[in-house]
Amino acid sequence: MRLSLTTFVLVVVITTSYAQSAERVKIEDLQHKIDGKQDKILVMNFWATWCAPCIKELPLFEQMNSSRADVDINLVSIDLDLDPNPDKVYRFIARKQLKAKVYMLDERDPNTWIDKIDKSWSGAIPATLVVNPSNGKRRFVEKELKEGDLEELINSVK
Amino acid sequence: MNAVKTFLAIALLVVISAGVPVKSGYEVGDTATDFKLKNVDGKMISLADYKDAKGYIVIFNCNTCPYSKAYDDRIIALNKKYASQGFPVLTINPNDPGLSPGDSFDEMKSQANRKKYDFPYLVDETQDVARTYGATNTPHVYVLNKISDKELRVAYIGAIDDNSRDASAVSKKYVEDAVDALLKSKSVPTTKTKAIGCTIKWKNS
Repeated sequence: MRLSLTTFVLVVVITTSYAQSAERVKIEDLQHKIDGKQDKILVMNFWATWCAPCIKELPLFEQMNSSRADVDINLVSIDLDLDPNPDKVYRFIARKQLKAKVYMLDERDPNTWIDKIDKSWSGAIPATLVVNPSNGKRRFVEKELKEGDLEELINSVK
Repeated sequence: MNAVKTFLAIALLVVISAGVPVKSGYEVGDTATDFKLKNVDGKMISLADYKDAKGYIVIFNCNTCPYSKAYDDRIIALNKKYASQGFPVLTINPNDPGLSPGDSFDEMKSQANRKKYDFPYLVDETQDVARTYGATNTPHVYVLNKISDKELRVAYIGAIDDNSRDASAVSKKYVEDAVDALLKSKSVPTTKTKAIGCTIKWKNS
């Protein structure tokens, strides 16, 4: 009995500290964030668990998330476009112990929403949007970021 | 007065050109150029080889992308439906096998065998064709309309349909609608769409 209770507590502690949930969002929610009036610089990265270059660049966002209080990191998974089951995303978050906020975009027909993020976006991922709400400057890139690229993007909207 | 007009015109031009990002690749209505690429059976293939074609469904595709996998059967079905009507499917893999080993020529051969492709699966080794066309992701479709033996015009660019995850729930068949319109000499209802897909794995320049 005692053992099972300890196990239970341990499981609860582990799952709550690592397996953060990923909120389902609609395109309007993302637009609301992009047009928001917050003080921090907004970084919105579009990724998926099946996208190798996305996974490669994720540590850059994680690092930025833990080191810079003036930057708001948002990792938007588009896994649901291909697979309605979110479990893969949850498992990925747990395995990689992601600390940055993760959202799952729950939309159909990408042709209707891709332009709402950025007109220059072809729809390929990884893609990253950086917005400075205080001056309205924004940058959008459709490529895998390398060491230093994210800092450069953030500096360019200052 | 004229000077003011000239100034305004120049200012307008500067504003317009500043807002337009430098774009490479085709837009709908552009003239497309032919290519000569190696097929999985080792033969070199060009669009001009199809003497009786009325047009082409050119699809930049690969082995590894989950979207390519999701659309594999739909691409096979497109060729079954339209090759006999004069719009054959040609698929082109532009991915650098150095970055994506699953997209090597050998893997392409197995993929074509396994899925019994009855259309070419060509390798764009230099990635020049993908660059010329402006392909960005896989699968990325270009429907070409043959105006004459010398002129191919881009009639549609984009996705195959509007539902990647479920072929049975598709409501807009963009490519079929485009080809059907061309076959009836009508204007293509939707000429350009965007879709989520895997980035083409470009060689490190």
